[in-house]
Amino acid sequence: MADLTVKIKDLVLKNPVTTASGTFGFGEEFADFIDLNLLGGIFVKGLTLKPREGNDYPRMAETASGMLNAVGLQNKGIGYFISDIYPRIKDLDTEIIPNVNGSTIEEYVEVAEKLNEVEGINAIELNISCPNVKEGGMAFGVSCPSAIAVTDAIRKVYDKTLIVKLTPNVTDITEIAKGVEVAGADAVSLVNTFLAMAIDSKTRKPVLSTVTGGLSGPAIKPIALRMVWQVYHAVKIPVIGIGGIMNATDAIEFMLAGATAIQVGTANFIDPQVSVKIIEGIEAYCKEHNISSVSELTGALENR
Amino acid sequence: MKKIQDFRVKEYRWLNETGYLLTLYSDLKIEPVLPGNFAEIQVPGTPEVFLRRPISVFDADYENRSITFYIKVAGKGTKKLGELNQGTIVNIIYPLGNSFTVNGSKNVLVVGGGSGIAPFVLLADELKKKNIKTTFLFGARTKKEIVLTREFGRLGKVWVTTEDGSLGEQGLVTQHTVFKDILTFDKIYSCGSDPMMKAVAKIAGENRIDCEVSLENMMACGIGACLCCVTETTSGNKCVCTDGPVFNSKELAWQI
Repeated sequence: MADLTVKIKDLVLKNPVTTASGTFGFGEEFADFIDLNLLGGIFVKGLTLKPREGNDYPRMAETASGMLNAVGLQNKGIGYFISDIYPRIKDLDTEIIPNVNGSTIEEYVEVAEKLNEVEGINAIELNISCPNVKEGGMAFGVSCPSAIAVTDAIRKVYDKTLIVKLTPNVTDITEIAKGVEVAGADAVSLVNTFLAMAIDSKTRKPVLSTVTGGLSGPAIKPIALRMVWQVYHAVKIPVIGIGGIMNATDAIEFMLAGATAIQVGTANFIDPQVSVKIIEGIEAYCKEHNISSVSELTGALENR
Repeated sequence: MKKIQDFRVKEYRWLNETGYLLTLYSDLKIEPVLPGNFAEIQVPGTPEVFLRRPISVFDADYENRSITFYIKVAGKGTKKLGELNQGTIVNIIYPLGNSFTVNGSKNVLVVGGGSGIAPFVLLADELKKKNIKTTFLFGARTKKEIVLTREFGRLGKVWVTTEDGSLGEQGLVTQHTVFKDILTFDKIYSCGSDPMMKAVAKIAGENRIDCEVSLENMMACGIGACLCCVTETTSGNKCVCTDGPVFNSKELAWQI
């Protein structure tokens, strides 16, 4: 059997399949459907310093081969996560990776400081790409200086593996990736959702309460794949591929494009067992192609 | 426990041009379903329908391993679910959500608008088991949209209103004469459009009658992961899929 483990700086994942923040709750929501211990990791729901109620309903719109969301980081705050949620999931045999958010650099730093103290949490994902909050979020991720500033500030207080989640809503994603690499990121994960919109022609109104939201699902996969490929060639740190992965073939394509690991997102809503099916599919692919270690796939794209 | 399970199409019973009962069967045993629970149904063979469709369970037959949904065509997904061949595999996640509470009442009023009657067969079965007297009041725009009155008639007295007066009393549900004797009821259950449920909840509140409503917000996951289907409550935003779909009307932050 192929060795499925992958390394992202000091973070060791038993396999490259993780679940994307905001699409998998805190893992517990899926415990009736899969053995969570099989996963490489779980990027849990985005956390902020203080509790957030998120945006008004409607927060979701189905679109062709995808969906929009505008949840707006609803969560009970970092304190509640550490005291009430994490103790319930800490004994899972998988990496629990919190997704860190803030309206200001100070808020980001405070959340990261608190997580740095939590035993068992070996990595965080710095989210500078949420398109659904008025302050912070994507605003930090669309310009190089601000992306560098927030990464740099967090690097100073966070000792373990630091992953920075990038937005695709920029002119050149490789510039941002290179910037956060210099600022001390250990890895980048991409892409977050694409800023998008849905309109109800009958009512002539936007479907979402926030007018715009983030597009996810297979509709964005080819663009995400291209961005992962570009970033892989632009930076030396590992890339985690995200964007419309629905099955093992999609996951393998992302690895060939340069991803060390992948995140399964929107697909979890359609099939709560899909993450485990993807692990099985990657295993089968390795067997079929005589691959001894799955990490051989990373960036193994051949020339046409 | 929530389960993901393949069923097959057993039969359809069309009730009018847009409403139908879809019965699915399984080779495996089916999970116990409570009144108010729903299922996330994957619409087969339609790439243009991306997400599952959350639909209330209308009835469950444990002996014959079948489960029935009352579905009203509202878009591509619910249209396609009405066009499947017998034997087509339909994957569902169920039972989801909470359920109506049935305890301590003596005389209840069940108010359904349009397809909002969907969860009330299971509810009325439960009420009957507990010897709780049940009165149904169903409202719709017109006669054609009033369905299944015979089935519900076996479980309690059925009153009807239509906006055009083509069946029963003319007017909105909340204008029905049954509300003149509202104080004879000690519990109200309601499911239908938001404006209708708000109007019912208002009457319940004014008369200090306990009232439970079942919400139909748009959903993605159905299992409390995506936080898309929230409704505002007195204690913040809550997921309709896991904290609901049934809420006591007092919990909801409705301006009524």
